[in-house]
Formats: sequence, C-alpha cells, structure tokens
Amino acid sequence: MASETTHHVAMTLADHLPVLQVLVPFVAAPLVVLLGSRKLAWPLAFAASAVAFVISVLLLMRVIDGSVISYHIGGWAPPLGIEYRIDAANAFVLMLVTGISTIVLPYARESIAQEVPQRHHTLFYACYLLCVTGLLGVAATGDAFNVFVFLEISSLSTYVLIAQGSYRDRRALTAAYDYLIMGTIGATFFVIGLGLLYMATGTLNMADIAARIADQGSNRTIHAAFAFIVVGMGLKVAVYPVHAWLPNAYTYAPSAVTAFLAATATKVAVYVMLRFMFSIFKPSFDFEVETLELIILPFAIIAMFAASFIAVFQTDLKRMLAYSSVAQIGYILLGIAFLSETGLTAAIVHLFNHGITKAVLFMGVGALVYRSGGSFYDRVCGLGRSMPWTSAAMVIGGLSLIGVPGTAGFVSKWVLVQAALEKGWWPVAILIVLSSLLAVIYVWRMVEALYLAPAPEGRQATEINAWMLGPIWIMALACIYFGLATDVTLTSAQSAAQGLLGGFTELH
Amino acid sequence: MDSSTTWEFFVGHVSYWLFIVLMMTGLYIVVAKGNFVKKIVGLNIFQTSVFMLYISIGKVDGGTAPIYPVDLNIDPDVVYSNPLPHVLILTAIVVGIATTALGLALIVRIREEFGSIEEDDIVEIEQGIARDENERYRNATGNRA
Repeated sequence: MASETTHHVAMTLADHLPVLQVLVPFVAAPLVVLLGSRKLAWPLAFAASAVAFVISVLLLMRVIDGSVISYHIGGWAPPLGIEYRIDAANAFVLMLVTGISTIVLPYARESIAQEVPQRHHTLFYACYLLCVTGLLGVAATGDAFNVFVFLEISSLSTYVLIAQGSYRDRRALTAAYDYLIMGTIGATFFVIGLGLLYMATGTLNMADIAARIADQGSNRTIHAAFAFIVVGMGLKVAVYPVHAWLPNAYTYAPSAVTAFLAATATKVAVYVMLRFMFSIFKPSFDFEVETLELIILPFAIIAMFAASFIAVFQTDLKRMLAYSSVAQIGYILLGIAFLSETGLTAAIVHLFNHGITKAVLFMGVGALVYRSGGSFYDRVCGLGRSMPWTSAAMVIGGLSLIGVPGTAGFVSKWVLVQAALEKGWWPVAILIVLSSLLAVIYVWRMVEALYLAPAPEGRQATEINAWMLGPIWIMALACIYFGLATDVTLTSAQSAAQGLLGGFTELH
Repeated sequence: MDSSTTWEFFVGHVSYWLFIVLMMTGLYIVVAKGNFVKKIVGLNIFQTSVFMLYISIGKVDGGTAPIYPVDLNIDPDVVYSNPLPHVLILTAIVVGIATTALGLALIVRIREEFGSIEEDDIVEIEQGIARDENERYRNATGNRA
C-alpha cells in the first residue's frame, strides 16, 4: 500500500476525521431533541449531515490512492482497542451515505411536513440522524463487534422511521413490526457468527481475525461463523428468499425515508457482506467459493428475474420500485459471486449507481404522492403533463434502472457483463441482458401511466416547489453525469475492489 | 469415540447444548406464534440464548470473577474468567431491551389502529384494504384496460 498512515497520537483535527465522521451526526441527534425546537430541528439535521458529507469527501481524497487510515479510539492501539479503518471501499460507502442523506434532507423538509404530524418533527429528525450515525459507524469501524452495535443503532431508528408512515397508511406499523422481527433475527444471527469467530480466533479486530484465520486455516467453527454471518447479513441486504420485509417497508414508509433507505441501508449491509467475505474470510477459502457459486449465484439470478417479474404486475408505483430494488440487489450479489476483481468492481459501482437511481425514483414517487395522494397507477396517471419536471426526472431514473447507455445504470451493467464474459460464463451474461428487458416493461408501465394515460377529471395537480424538485434533479443529473464521466466511479470502485481483495495483509 | 468420552463431550458442552435448545425454542416461537406479543417473547428467548453462548465462551476452567482485589495485590496464580464476552453481552442486553421496548411500542400502536394483535386478524384487515384499493384501481382504469 502506498502510504501507511498510522496515527498513534492524533495531533490535529484532520487526524480525528474518521471518528468525527460518526460523531457529528451522533451528537447532533440528541441535540435536536434537547433543543426541542421545531424550527431548529431541520437546519441542525441538515448542517450535521452536510458537515459529515464534507468529512467523507476529505477522507475519500486521502485514501483514493489505496492508502489506509487507522484511527485508534481513545488512543488504545488495536487489536485490543477499537480501531476505525478507512480505506477506499468504506470511504466510498461513507460518501454515498452522507451524500444521499444531505441531498434527501431538503426534500424531506417539505414531504415530512405533509406526511408526519408536526409534533413528531424533532423526534423524526433525531431518528434520521441516528440512522445516518449507525450506517456511518458500520462502514467506518474496523472492529467486528462494533459493526453489530452500529447496525442495531441504524436498524432501531429505521423501524421508527418506517412506522412514521402510519399517519398516511396504517399498514406502515405492521411493515415496521415485520422488519423489526426479521431485522432482529438477522442481527442476532450476525452476532452468533461473531461469537463463533471470537471463539475460533480470540480477537474482534477485523484485521487481526483475518490474520489468525490465515494462520490456522479453516475449521468447523469458522465455517459455522461464516454461515451465520452470511445469513444474518443476507436478511439485512434482502437477498432474494429472505427479502419479504422489504416491499412493505419501502411502500408504506414516508417518501423521504424510503428514498434514503433504498439508496443507503441495503448498500451498507452489502458493504459489510463484502468486508466479511473478502477481507476477513479469504476468497481462497473453499467453503466460501462453494457458498458463492452454489447458493448466492443462483439466488441472485432468481432475484433478477422473479422480483422483476413481480414488479411488472404491481398496481402501486412505490411497491413496483421496491420489488425492482430486490432485483437490483440481485445484480450486486451476482457481481460478488463472480469472485473476481471485475465482478467486485461491478458490484461496488452498481451499489453506488443503483443508490442514486433509486433515490431519484423514490423521491419522484414521493412528489407524485405529495400532489395526488397515492402512488397507485390510477392516481398518478396523466401527471406527466401537470408535473413535467418531476416526471422528466423519473424518466431519467427509469432509463438508468433499465441500463440505457448514457445513464449510470448502463455503466454498472456493462462492467457486470464484462465480468461474466471474463469468467467465460456467457449464459449468465445473456441472463443479465434478458432480465434488463423485464425492467423495460415495468419502467414503460410507469412512463405510460405518467404521460399517455388520461388524467382523472377534477384533479388539480401542480408542479412541486424547489425544495423537493432540487434534490430530485440533483440526483437525476448525477445519474447522467456518472453515466458519461465513468472515470470517477470506476476508479474508486476498482481501488476499493483491489483493497478488499488485498485484505489486511500490510497491517500492524 | 468410546462411550465415556462421548459422555464427557456431552456433559462438558452442556451450556452449548442448552444454547442450541434455547435458540431453537425462541426461533420456533417467533415463526409459529401468531400473537405479536408472543413473537416478541420468542425473540427475547432467542436473543438470551446468544448471551448464554458468549458467557460460555468466556468461562475458563476454575476461573473466578475478573475483579481487582480491594488491596490491588494481584495473585498471579489465580485464574480469571475472560471478561471481554461479559462486556460484549452487556451491550447486547442493552440492544435487546431497546428492541423489545420498540417492538412493544409498535404493538400498542398496531392495537390502536387495527384493534387486534393477532396476525390472522391483521392479515385479514390488510387483505381487505388491498382488495378495496384494487377495486378502486379497476374502476378507475376499467374503461381502458
């Protein structure tokens, strides 16, 4: 690795960036509640999120060349102390989370004002910041048990945020409850896996676990740990057979929450899976290769088809997009299952590109709901004429979802197909293209409803204001920008993939 | 493996067997019971089983509690249990309490909105809502579709 920067004594503020990344939203969350002012809640949340975004950009700039920042919490050196490790892979995820959160917040200001009663606003923004904190913590930490703690911080706040949709539709409550049950089972499986890993290696520092597994080779305990961690995280990622919580949760949550979660929460879970699969358990580990090729790969392909197929028949636009998310997670897992640098690059790029694509679409649907009162096709039909800007942005998002050249979605699918061909698995490459055709159908249904269907009589829908339109268009333009300027995402994804495959070898 | 070592293996790992029994009991309750409060109870048993796993990992044969003596004279011959799993589980217990509290709060809200905490009743109500929505959708689009 280029420059190994280990700060045993952190001297300047810049040295504290890894921990500030998590601390800023974490301190802002209780502050929002303690101030108790409805007027101050949003500005404070936005400021915290913006500062976190700046920090994440600074961090990414420092690690993009492949170097690693190791931060020792409280000055306690790893493996005994808790370590925050920033490398290209998690700096990328940190930037995605803070970036999406900062862009979604102005949108949330308007849409939450309509969807959630005013008396809950301070608590809502506090939960939102806690969720951001949890996601950032999961990405930043280099300590395996710390991942579990932050995961639960983000999950618990997510359940609350989803339940806030109950003022519009009471089914949000059961969706949140179902997610709570599934999410807790997932997190508990994950923590059982960690316990078994601790049993086998006697350490919790990720780099240290990796080194000790490499020394002693694999045994039954490590196999069991791997299985528990993959299943536990699989629940959080919404891997195809255990995705059941996702469609309801995304459909009934407030629009801003759906946009934020769809773009970040599952992506961070994918990152944890990558970290454990590639940095801690090595890809050379036979058991892992078999798991990926015989279990993850088939399920990824089933997800691409089955979930897309279900999406085609949905009558609710928001639910259609939720099923499409399950399908897109299939592409990400497929990239991982290739077990090659190109495949991993495709997975990481798609993680980012799908994040921004879904942010546009879910914010767009939220805007349609804001004006028409529902996301069913009969409610939104004809809105293309009365809300031209929102609808145009949604069409861009839709094209990116299909993977039309010139949009972000194309780049990641292209790399994915390349990875498949590199492996000589051309049937898989054909399946990727075929499943994209299903995306054409469900995106077309959306376009048809927006532009071709007649508007119901007597509906007065006008374009939304700039607070909501701004974030939607920033994301829509990002979809096009990252579709044309592919260097930025591909370089960082490649650097991240190399870092993950390289593991922790040059440490301590 | 002769019968005596099998027996020793069984008895020597008794806390792990109990962990598996508790874990499966908890998981079964979560899956099989339709009452939302019972599901939370099942989830609690499931989580508690993990506490037991961790505590078992930390146990050292003949080890005592890892606490400094009052006079701070540490006898190097005394064996201590590993304190780290205990600390980890302290965190996991807090997480478990938060999850239970949130789950119960959600159940209260579900009871207010649906008038029931039985899964069967709620599924029926939700199917009713979905039917109405689809009806409205068909009526609105029926003349075209």
